[in-house]
Amino acid sequence: MSIFSKLAEKPWLAADESSLAVNGVPAYAPSGFPAKTALKFFIAVVSVLFFLFTITYLSRSQYPDFQALAGEPWLPLTNSLQLWLNTGFLLLASIFLQLSAKDVNKALNSGGEAREVNVLLIYLVLAVIFSIAFVFGQYLVWQQLSRQGFLIYSNPANSYFYVLTAVHGIHLFGGLLALVRVLVHFYRKSELALLRRSLGLCAFYWHYLFLLWLFLFALLTASPDTYNTIAAFCGF
Amino acid sequence: MLVAIVIIILVVASLVFHFASPWWFTPLASNWSSIDDTINITFWVTGIVFVLVNCFLAYAVFRYRFNKNKRADYEPENKKLETWLTLITTIGVAAMLAPGLFVWGQFVNVPEDADVFEAVGQQWHWSYRLPGQDGVLGQTAVELISEKNPFGINPEDANGLDDILIFSNEMHVPIDQPVKVLMRSKDVLHNFAVPQFRVKMDLVPGLVSYLWFTPTKLGRYEILCEELCGMAHYTMRGHIVVETRENYNLWLAKQTTFAQTLQPPEYDLVKGKALFAACSACHGSEGEGNEAMNAPQLASQPAWYMKRQLKYYQQGVRGSHKNDQYGQQMAAMSATLADDKAIDDVLAYIATLEGQAEKAGTGGDLAKGKVLYRNCSYCHGNNGEGKFALNAPKLTSLQPWYLKRQLTNYQQSIRGAHPKDLYGSQMILMSRLLQNEQALDDVVAYIRSLAPGGALTSKLPGKGHALQPVKVSAGE
Amino acid sequence: MTSYTAIADQVDDSPHPGSFFTKYIWSQDHKVIAIQYSITAIGVGLVALVLSGLMRLQLGFPDTFSFIDPAAYLQFVTMHGMIMVIYLLTALLLGGFGNYLIPLMVGARDMVFPFLNMLSYWTYLLAVLVLLASFFVTGGPTGAGWTLYPPQTILPGTPGNDGGIILMLASLAIFIIAFTMGGLNYVTTILQARAKGMTLMRMPLTIWGIFIATILGLLAFPALLVSAIMMVLDKVIGTSFFMPALLSLGESLDYTGGSPVLFQHLFWFFGHPEVYIVALPAFGMVSDVLATHARKNIFGYRMMVWAIVAIGGLSFIVWAHHMYVSGMNPYFGFFFATTTLIIAVPTALKVYNWVLTLWRGNIHMTVPMMFAIGFIFTFTHGGLTGLFLGNVVVDLPLSDTYFVVAHFHMVMGVSPIMVLFAAIYHWYPKITGRFLHTGLGKAHFWFTFLGTYAIYLPMHYLGFLGVPRRYFAMGPTEFIPDSAQVLNANITISAIIVGVVQLIFIYNVIWSLFKGKKAGDNPWDATTLEWQTQTTPPGHGNWGKNLPVVYRWAYDYSVPGVKADFIPQNMPDSEVEKLAAEPDLPRGDNVVPLKEKPAGEDKS
Repeated sequence: MSIFSKLAEKPWLAADESSLAVNGVPAYAPSGFPAKTALKFFIAVVSVLFFLFTITYLSRSQYPDFQALAGEPWLPLTNSLQLWLNTGFLLLASIFLQLSAKDVNKALNSGGEAREVNVLLIYLVLAVIFSIAFVFGQYLVWQQLSRQGFLIYSNPANSYFYVLTAVHGIHLFGGLLALVRVLVHFYRKSELALLRRSLGLCAFYWHYLFLLWLFLFALLTASPDTYNTIAAFCGF
Repeated sequence: MLVAIVIIILVVASLVFHFASPWWFTPLASNWSSIDDTINITFWVTGIVFVLVNCFLAYAVFRYRFNKNKRADYEPENKKLETWLTLITTIGVAAMLAPGLFVWGQFVNVPEDADVFEAVGQQWHWSYRLPGQDGVLGQTAVELISEKNPFGINPEDANGLDDILIFSNEMHVPIDQPVKVLMRSKDVLHNFAVPQFRVKMDLVPGLVSYLWFTPTKLGRYEILCEELCGMAHYTMRGHIVVETRENYNLWLAKQTTFAQTLQPPEYDLVKGKALFAACSACHGSEGEGNEAMNAPQLASQPAWYMKRQLKYYQQGVRGSHKNDQYGQQMAAMSATLADDKAIDDVLAYIATLEGQAEKAGTGGDLAKGKVLYRNCSYCHGNNGEGKFALNAPKLTSLQPWYLKRQLTNYQQSIRGAHPKDLYGSQMILMSRLLQNEQALDDVVAYIRSLAPGGALTSKLPGKGHALQPVKVSAGE
Repeated sequence: MTSYTAIADQVDDSPHPGSFFTKYIWSQDHKVIAIQYSITAIGVGLVALVLSGLMRLQLGFPDTFSFIDPAAYLQFVTMHGMIMVIYLLTALLLGGFGNYLIPLMVGARDMVFPFLNMLSYWTYLLAVLVLLASFFVTGGPTGAGWTLYPPQTILPGTPGNDGGIILMLASLAIFIIAFTMGGLNYVTTILQARAKGMTLMRMPLTIWGIFIATILGLLAFPALLVSAIMMVLDKVIGTSFFMPALLSLGESLDYTGGSPVLFQHLFWFFGHPEVYIVALPAFGMVSDVLATHARKNIFGYRMMVWAIVAIGGLSFIVWAHHMYVSGMNPYFGFFFATTTLIIAVPTALKVYNWVLTLWRGNIHMTVPMMFAIGFIFTFTHGGLTGLFLGNVVVDLPLSDTYFVVAHFHMVMGVSPIMVLFAAIYHWYPKITGRFLHTGLGKAHFWFTFLGTYAIYLPMHYLGFLGVPRRYFAMGPTEFIPDSAQVLNANITISAIIVGVVQLIFIYNVIWSLFKGKKAGDNPWDATTLEWQTQTTPPGHGNWGKNLPVVYRWAYDYSVPGVKADFIPQNMPDSEVEKLAAEPDLPRGDNVVPLKEKPAGEDKS
């Protein structure tokens, strides 16, 4: 049922026969995994946050004092190897998390639950290692930039680079905390089914963070012409 | 029952209040009668809705009050009624919106023949600039602002040289001539609002905003800053004088161009010394002041401040109040300086004097005074050194009895209330923060403690002041 | 994905709290958290009330109170505004009432994430403490106005430009984190934890209001977070997001090229939805109070839901009507004036439907009903003055004057607070098991209702006159007659009275807790689920062993053919038949013919 037909219901009328289960008890009840709903809303919130940063970034890029960090060969983020490396780390983390979630979805094999958990943990450890590698890699980029004199306050483009990577990093860090909580929960209660679902959500979040990073990567290393074009298109 | 009656009473009372209220828009003095018309349309539409909805509410509350023998109706919805209500509301809204957008279209598009002037806002003053002969305003930049170039005009830009600068918070415009006001702020947000003209707009540092109007009534109107701009926001006032074309031209002819302000000032110390002989009778040969003669110290006071005060004395802006007996004496004396040149000469001479630090303290509470002085420090500086950028004189060179007398004069509007006193109204408002004599003594004592040789020699920590008043150097 | 038991099918297995500490302090029960939220919000709101009193004293009687200087005055104004809007209204409506009512009204045992819910409260408390700490730092709290416009907010010349503003921004950021944790909970609970049979369109309007308001909050608060982060960096590190090249009190600073108007866009992108974050829950709750006490279904339920959704959606594209005179591109004015006046249509429909709900009702003039009617009056007034300010040219003379202050206090201060009082008087019996004292409640209503109107009606006229807001004192101003000061003094006296009268309310709340008349499970004969619990106040888990099952919408009042004048949402038709044994009482105004059940078909 689409949202519009739902909103057009006349609730004071007796419910449709078809929506009643046996014994005249209404069958309608929302089902689904609540944490997934919450995660979707959370991702919407984070998207709005970055969307607004982006809008201000594009608008700020049209002021004369703005010096993009890429676009010319001598600028630090033109073809930054480190950033590509970091992107790879995050991608790997995302993949391993997905594997850890996917693998446990299979029916238990002969190895039994203990083996399942062992394989899963290996994937998880890899995912965590690559996530941390990503964060550390970002930190290295910061260091490179500040060594070259691109400090946070010296130009709005720099300011945005530091702020956006920091805020993105904080979200990844929050994801790691959530992952730890999932594991602690599993350690205490040892419900494999719950762990599967929770890891699925973590993987979903990691994919989102990866896509978000790709977007930020593209945004922060675009050339001034790109900014001008987008800004003109948006009517700044 | 009671609720219904009260609602009816409130509706009636609101209407009575509305029609009997003496508090209403100030009489219109510009072309924007269309704004007033839109307001009237809005009033009628909203007023009718207000009366109808609330009368219906009161009637429903009265008619369907609790009755244990009755039951409520059961009516989930009524499409027809709801459709009609939507339609009527939409029409009402459109009736307000359409004229509104139409008039906004007029506001956005400035007439071709409009004159232009620039209003410059800063904490907490106004100044203005006219484009001069070429009709083009010169480029400006915040980085160029200095004591020599308060407007920050680019001296390299030929368009700027003939710009006419109004170093005053009073602007003049000719009647019945459309005028576009370009607006620029040196520091924070401000707002240029003249209630009689109906239009207003914010001044934003970093960009130039505008508004336009055609003044239609002769008079002198107050400009208010209506965007919070810091502690002394409420004292940021200016004036705009609407006058006939002839008077306007006379006024315009007296103003200086940017090029003229770039000329190095000329003065003659010898003549200055001769002129100062008349002053020294009261103010002392070193300009150190003399309490017995009620004469304040002049030495080490910046020249721009004393020049303004001398002109005020000459023009009767200061020292003309009947209760200002010492001011009257000074007004008479100031007539001995024949012209601006004489003023410059004597001030140049005073700048060479050393003065004498007044040692005497007063019996005020320094701790309390320090708290009170915070309100002064924004303009006069943390160390009472005065700030050219804020038109605030140096306080530490002045004797306690003089400071106290001036504060009292401001409080009683003996000083500063004259319409030509540019910054006096600010001091009147600020001086009223000192609500008793003890507070006066405390703050004066604290100011004295800031002076070299005062009760406290250690200076308060404070940031540097880029625009310290520059001492006038010896003549060329 | 493995199968998952829907919440409505789960049995109660949540651990019941043991000790006093886990039951009342470190509690994960939504009802306890709601009360914690409410008490904190009302507590900090009282601080803001006192601040407004101090501010009014200065305005009513200038040059009288030596302890109020311009800096202090601006600090009072700022902290009053910020506390009232964010820390009182948002927290009380969503954190307080949202928390209490959502699980009960949708038929859930608790929020879906109780731990997160608890964390939300403690984070909110931290935000409040950080905010209050700013009163004790050097320079005091910020005095930049609640809009915190740069550049002046972080520059000398504005009180509290050092520690005060940093603590304010930190507190806002913490609040936003708290709100996001709570908000995700509210939305998920409404979407995933409804009882069997509780379709979206069977939800009471209270839930609809809270639901849409929460979504607005989740999507709007990030704008405030973005601006807070960037402003802190401008202040502390010296970036130039919002700071152009400028002087400050004559000194040249190192900023270059930033845009103060950008901040305003961000702020109002949050700020305007914020108005509806406060208004929509109030709209919802007042609808339920009106229907219950008029013993009549809410008129045009579907229209009410659509209006809530439409207002929520439109509220994201009207923000720049706060910026008509901000120096932004003036052509924006056309667009935003149009969207703003369009939003008036669904809002007006809501007012009509409230009044039409009373029409042909059987109105019990209880204290909640009095406050609800008071709300209709004040909201009509405040809504109509909004049409002045939304219409771009009319805004030119009125913006930044006392008209604006009067308008938003009427529409966003007095009106939601009327609803909050209605809601407290209405739901107090469920929360505590006792009624609030009626006599004291009526006195409280009359003083508050008439007093606030005496404050704000004249204030509009100061605005027409052109008196600017945020002025410490008018001083001698040519176009302002002396009589305006008389008006100001009267407003102050009314304000002080209204402020003091709230003590009656606080006394009533405390007194009734112990001495109030006992109320049963459903003292108002209401239909919605929260009144159908087996114990009052509801115990942990709300519903005992079995969750309720919903058979009808939330407004089956005075259904034709049924003797009782209400049918609870969880009563199956089979039991209703038994209620229908006796003939109807005469209806409405005695002319409406009796109808047969089901009275389903609409009468158009």
